[in-house]
Amino acid sequence: MVSLTINGKLVQAKEDEMLLAVIQRMGIDVPATCHHKAVEPFGACRLCTVEITRPEWDGWTKHVTSCLYPVEEGLVVSTHTPQVIELRKTILDLQLARSPKARYIQDLAAQYGIMRTSFEEVPDGNDCILCALCTRVCDEMGFRAISTVNRGHGKEVAPPLHEAPPDCVGCLACAQICPTNFIKYTDNGDIRTIWDKTFEMLKCEQTGQPTITRAFAEYLTKHRGIPENYFKLGDLKHRHETAATMGRVALWERQEKV
Amino acid sequence: MSITTPQQLEKLHRECRAKRERDKKRVIVCCGTGCLANGAAEIVEAFHKTLKERKIEGFSVEAVKETGCHGFCEQGPLVVIEPHGTFYTHVKPKDVANIIDKSIADNQVIETLLYTDPVTNTKIERYPDVPFFSHQQRIALRNLGKIAANDIREYIAVGGYQALAKVLTSMKPDQIIQEMTDSGLRGRGGAGFLTGKKWRTCASIKDEPRYVICNGDEGDPGAFMDRSIMEGDPHSVLEGMMICAFAVGSNQGYIYVREEYPLAVIHLQKAINDCEREGLLGDNILGTGFSFRIRIARGAGAFVCGESSALMKSVAGEIGEPRAKYVRSVVKGLFDKPTVLNNVETFANVPIIIVKGADWYKSIGVPTSTGTKAFSLVGKVKNTGLIEIPMGMTLREIIYDIGGGIINDRPFKAVQTGGPSGGCLPESKLDLPVDFDTLTKAGSMMGSGGMIVMDDRTCIVDLAKYFLNFLVSESCGKCVPCREGLYQLHRIVTRITEGKATEADLAKAEKLSDAIVLGSLCGLGQSGANPFLSTIKYFRDEYLTHIREKRCPAGVCKALIRYEINDKCTGCVACVPACAYDSITGEKKKLHVIHQDKCTKCGACYAVCTYDAIDVI
Repeated sequence: MVSLTINGKLVQAKEDEMLLAVIQRMGIDVPATCHHKAVEPFGACRLCTVEITRPEWDGWTKHVTSCLYPVEEGLVVSTHTPQVIELRKTILDLQLARSPKARYIQDLAAQYGIMRTSFEEVPDGNDCILCALCTRVCDEMGFRAISTVNRGHGKEVAPPLHEAPPDCVGCLACAQICPTNFIKYTDNGDIRTIWDKTFEMLKCEQTGQPTITRAFAEYLTKHRGIPENYFKLGDLKHRHETAATMGRVALWERQEKV
Repeated sequence: MSITTPQQLEKLHRECRAKRERDKKRVIVCCGTGCLANGAAEIVEAFHKTLKERKIEGFSVEAVKETGCHGFCEQGPLVVIEPHGTFYTHVKPKDVANIIDKSIADNQVIETLLYTDPVTNTKIERYPDVPFFSHQQRIALRNLGKIAANDIREYIAVGGYQALAKVLTSMKPDQIIQEMTDSGLRGRGGAGFLTGKKWRTCASIKDEPRYVICNGDEGDPGAFMDRSIMEGDPHSVLEGMMICAFAVGSNQGYIYVREEYPLAVIHLQKAINDCEREGLLGDNILGTGFSFRIRIARGAGAFVCGESSALMKSVAGEIGEPRAKYVRSVVKGLFDKPTVLNNVETFANVPIIIVKGADWYKSIGVPTSTGTKAFSLVGKVKNTGLIEIPMGMTLREIIYDIGGGIINDRPFKAVQTGGPSGGCLPESKLDLPVDFDTLTKAGSMMGSGGMIVMDDRTCIVDLAKYFLNFLVSESCGKCVPCREGLYQLHRIVTRITEGKATEADLAKAEKLSDAIVLGSLCGLGQSGANPFLSTIKYFRDEYLTHIREKRCPAGVCKALIRYEINDKCTGCVACVPACAYDSITGEKKKLHVIHQDKCTKCGACYAVCTYDAIDVI
């Protein structure tokens, strides 16, 4: 455990934690639009920037993104200095210029007193705030079906060559993690469409309820070792039984390896 | 033949040197990219063809050397006859027979091919007497224009790989690092971090493997220092990397070169192949047990990939985006392993420091910035090109002594150093010594060594707009302050050049710049507002003239100027066909008129008028 001071309060933190986790645990509201616990920290939105110093730094301070900065013994952190607040305002103002219609950004900006952007609205702006949560969650899932393409102001999220992505299995992780609901999909129970690619839905053999896409089920069977019949029944009893078997198998495999 | 011991290397060195000295005369044909573009390859061919037919006593075709860049590209193609140093400029294939007859077979000088000094208007015969060269001190560029770029034996002849043999046989890694630290060599890529310190940190990390990377991703507009070294003296870079690898305990190196430098890639690859064949790269180098390999990683030309963490991601095959460097790349770099990343010029300095010693290197330059620095001197100076000067030389000496002053002797306005994210310094700063700390203190930076000189016809706001535009398109787009902030800053500056901005916009731009500097993820973003910040610092009045008076004093910003013909017009009609839009009318020998409704302000008439009869208002 390490102890550090955040906004004047002495707090304890685990050694490998990042500052943002500790700050959020304390109930301090620091915005972080590119941060999500499902993926590795990224440091793109810069909203979680805080000021840090140490007693021996003799008044010298520096600014770091708290999502990426590991806790240190004796660190003194300030999350809402006038300079930091000013930076957050400018960033939100800039994000609002790019995504003026995104409710998520509007609400955050309003918290900092910005009702509309003071900059020129970006002509080809949209609701994508380029937080890259979608591409990173896709990486984590193991598909890497979409990525950010181009650079600078022309950066966007897209499948390779802007065509239906061959590696997408229609798991919807990208759409579900998107904070502004920019990634669109349709789902009529039989067919799901996302990134211009259509997927057949599997259904529970008893209730007829759609579960997941066939492509996703096949992927999980092949790469994660989940038995095929797991996806045939949607009821919990069946799933618990299969999961328990899998758990035993996994435990057994682990013991074998040791 | 493979060299397996230091003694064999020494023997080969003596053989190659003796062979080089047997040639009574050597013909140096500059084959840098600039001269090649001007037809140097045809000149080499003409030499080969003519010498086949015409035999000259004591002179063989082998004495015609295709060397790297001399740095004086605007005078190219260049031919130098050594050892006298006869310096021929703008040589054409048809001149070759004449050069062979007069200057090689005989000792005559061909007057018409000599260089004319633009300051004194006199012809200069010898290479070392040309002011552009005589004020320089060449260390990193020591072999450029001296040895054939593509021949390992030429490099060995002039003492190449002696430093490698020295460190492998008589120095401990720790001693090498101490020597580098003592020399005071600072990274030539721009940040100026102490090379010895970087190596020591890397060597001290208990993690393996360690990597050595050479950063050849030179992307500043108008900069070509590293390109010239990689093309013209690739072995000095390889030798520097090998010494570094031995010092930090690495067995694998990478050279990251941009794809836009095809010749550099070809020459580096040839150098690597030659070293592997000769046994200077691979396993058990010179029989000492040290093994090292180098691979070339080609970049697709993204400016941001010159940033260390983005570069390493690109080498690893990922998207070239920087990461926060709270854990430095020397600790966790390529493939998350300890990595030394140095610039091309830094590595090129290493072998000679090992041979001549830290004390020698330290005696050049100033105490906090030792040694020399290569610059590409471009813009509105009479002599443009690649130069290397001892640190501490003043900007005035560089621009007026080496550069020969401003073209047409117009007034000097500003000099931009440090590449796109560097800064502009006005006339009052001309006597500042050029070193890392002084330039930073003055609000500019050393950067990798671009130096762009501007005269009174350069609009400073337009210049800021140009560099901001470059940075907007070269930002990787990962973090908001850089991607959106630079875009908005560029918009505001553009509005100023269009006469559509207010003073409130200027204040807004300054506030936005603070956020970009404070909030950006990597060095590109953090210095991205510099084109604006450094120009507003010294040229605020020019900004205000654009805003308040809607006027561009330099006559550049199209929206704020118009061309008009004054009464000096003689009616020579030269401007009439120059105008592609038929906006100039008038009778012969009578005053002409520009019709503003048709004029696109391209400036073509202004350029052709020899009577000073067109005003920019």
